Amino acid sequence: MHLVHFEQSPLQGRLDPEALLAEMQVRFEGRADELIPMLQCVQKALGFLPEQILLEIARLTRLPAARVFGTATFYSQFRLQPVGKYIIRVCRGTACHVKGSGRILDDIQGYLQVAPGRTTQDGLFTLETVACFGSCALAPILVINERVYGSTNRSKALRLLSDMRGG
Amino acid sequence: MDFKTLKSEAEREWKALQNLQQPLIQIGLGTCGKAAGAEEVYCAAQKTLQQIGQPGRFMEVGCIGMCYLEPLLAVRKPHGPFVYFGKLDAEKTEKILVSFLRDDDLLKEWAVCTLGEETIDGIPRFEELPMIKPQIRIALRNCGLIDPEDIKHYIARGGYEGLRKALGMHPEEVIREIKASGLRGRGGAGFPTGLKWELAGKAPDPTKYIICNADEGDPGAFMDRSLLEGDPHSVLEGMLIGAYAIGCQEGYIYIRAEYPLAIKRLETAIKQMNQYGLLGQNILGRPFRFQLRIKEGAGAFVCGEETALMASIEGGRGMPRPRPPFPAIQGLWGKPTNINNVETLANIPAILTQGASWFAGFGTEKSKGTKTFSLAGKVKRTGLIEVPLGIRLGEIINQIGGGVPKGKKLKAVQTGGPSGGCIPFDLLDLPVDYESLTAAGSIMGSGGLVVMDEDTCMVDIPRYFLTFTSEESCGKCLPCRLGTRQMLDILNDICAGQGYPEDIALLENINETVQKGALCGLGQTAPNPVRTTLRYFRPEYEAHIVNKKCPAGICKPLFHYAIDVEKCNGCGVCARKCPVRAVRGDKKKPHSIEQDQCTKCATCYEVCKFQAVLVC
Repeated sequence: MHLVHFEQSPLQGRLDPEALLAEMQVRFEGRADELIPMLQCVQKALGFLPEQILLEIARLTRLPAARVFGTATFYSQFRLQPVGKYIIRVCRGTACHVKGSGRILDDIQGYLQVAPGRTTQDGLFTLETVACFGSCALAPILVINERVYGSTNRSKALRLLSDMRGG
Repeated sequence: MDFKTLKSEAEREWKALQNLQQPLIQIGLGTCGKAAGAEEVYCAAQKTLQQIGQPGRFMEVGCIGMCYLEPLLAVRKPHGPFVYFGKLDAEKTEKILVSFLRDDDLLKEWAVCTLGEETIDGIPRFEELPMIKPQIRIALRNCGLIDPEDIKHYIARGGYEGLRKALGMHPEEVIREIKASGLRGRGGAGFPTGLKWELAGKAPDPTKYIICNADEGDPGAFMDRSLLEGDPHSVLEGMLIGAYAIGCQEGYIYIRAEYPLAIKRLETAIKQMNQYGLLGQNILGRPFRFQLRIKEGAGAFVCGEETALMASIEGGRGMPRPRPPFPAIQGLWGKPTNINNVETLANIPAILTQGASWFAGFGTEKSKGTKTFSLAGKVKRTGLIEVPLGIRLGEIINQIGGGVPKGKKLKAVQTGGPSGGCIPFDLLDLPVDYESLTAAGSIMGSGGLVVMDEDTCMVDIPRYFLTFTSEESCGKCLPCRLGTRQMLDILNDICAGQGYPEDIALLENINETVQKGALCGLGQTAPNPVRTTLRYFRPEYEAHIVNKKCPAGICKPLFHYAIDVEKCNGCGVCARKCPVRAVRGDKKKPHSIEQDQCTKCATCYEVCKFQAVLVC
């Protein structure tokens, strides 16, 4: 495990919503099959999908708002709530499960006092689970923002988190 | 630049790389390498060369398959073979490079193997390693050996020759060749690829689509990711050949967003193809045109199912629809569509260049060729492998994988992810092919192989998979939406010690209903993990239900930890590590566990070196 530096999630606050919408109008034609790429673009810039922007996308694509919200809530990648500074993803793939990622998740949940999908009150951590990160040979896997940590264990995971809380 | 010039330029560059007058350092920078810390090793290697004033060339490659040794580094001096070093960190890297390059002293004890024509005494050759020897690499022919971001490396190793050959043939001839090879879909179901192409080719509509399904959603599988990260052009070339054979001009790669590096490599590859006239109009000077687009998935397992995948490309919820009509007749935007898995496509160029009968020479009568597997779980040598179909399961686990670590006993092998099943330890002689796995109650699936030891609970495993499938069920059809939920509830009860003997019959009943009634593959196969564990591990269910015990020590309400006073020498490690101070005892005397304080976190069980902590 390598404790170098912790990048912040690169996304947040990079663009204000209006500038983002202007950029979207340049990048997309507003076709229905562009809906998912549009949502991905918003989430990349803001970290989540604010309701106002979803309504704007419905207007741009001329799709019913229900279709836009329906799609946004169907896929697990999309979030309708803002995220913390660090997004902690615990891989729950089969190899990780067999190698005890459930216990790591329990420990992290206990340490952060939040359930998966939630953000800590201080806005520092968002805890998420991932179905499989595809690095099963190095199970169990922990992903913090964009950085992947292979062959972790419970004490390493907690040490990482406490380092982040302190630093 | 025409292809001939491009090829001779590529060959010249590749040759120059082979005859380099300075050291060449290859580093595996796939996702798994990076997760193990390959980037730090890369930085350390660069810094070391600077420090000792040694010029050298660095090359990033994909995964060579020995993931358990990551981070991996291969060093080659002029006129020598590549020497692989594994399990590196910055410090070890520096030591190795200083010693090998400056002092000309190879640190043999850290070398894993050599690769190349030359050999070094005392270091095994790559092909001789027990993990590599039984393997045959067709789909993975370039992975870990070429720079995946350099199209010229691919071309120098015979890339796009298959396409060139195909374009000189009649499309029907190409399809005949694929049919003759016996290649079957590597995504899991094993439908003959040539037949699939023929159906799409015969569809009368002139607008057709070809889709590469790179939505590798099975937890425990990573072959497609490694392949796309290590050799994206082989997959894209396969797509082009398929497009020509069925007569279509537009293709999509549907890839999951969780694979950012694979997406980046595909984008680079497509850019290079455009640059060299391998996409667009008049490809390779022939009247064939083709366009490729990447579509990122957004995290829905069901989108691996082809009709759901198409709904997702069209911009909606990824919900499957009933078949027929099959995608070959009515697919994306109502047009004939052919969908192939990543690995299937990577095999195509090799079949075209080497011939159908060469490919059909591997494998069994009904399962031809080779199959890649991601070997993970409780096995010593985890990694990415490719073996001829028909190989015995035991050979994969024991010879390639090196068996179960820490002296534990093998309990089962899980294949096929949530759609597959658990094969028990006593079926190690089972040939790995489509029919045998199905007969054993499991499936080939996309190729995830998760090894399980005695510490795995065979009631918890189906519970784990059903938690997954019930969450990932799109909810469109009732048998899947309610059935998976119902099965999960029952399994949760059993794991909590609240199961009833009649639950087993109830589970079997629901299994059958969901399997027969569900709309798509997700639901139809969701009962498989339950079915196989009931078939092979029924006594474990009974232990949970009747005796209220979990023999593997996973289901917390059904076991407790105790210390074997015979084996405990009072070293005190467990007492020091116990987070709730439930372990008591004096130094050098047998310890004991205070049951009402113990949270069953397993720390003592994991840290004890003397197997003195028992699951009771």
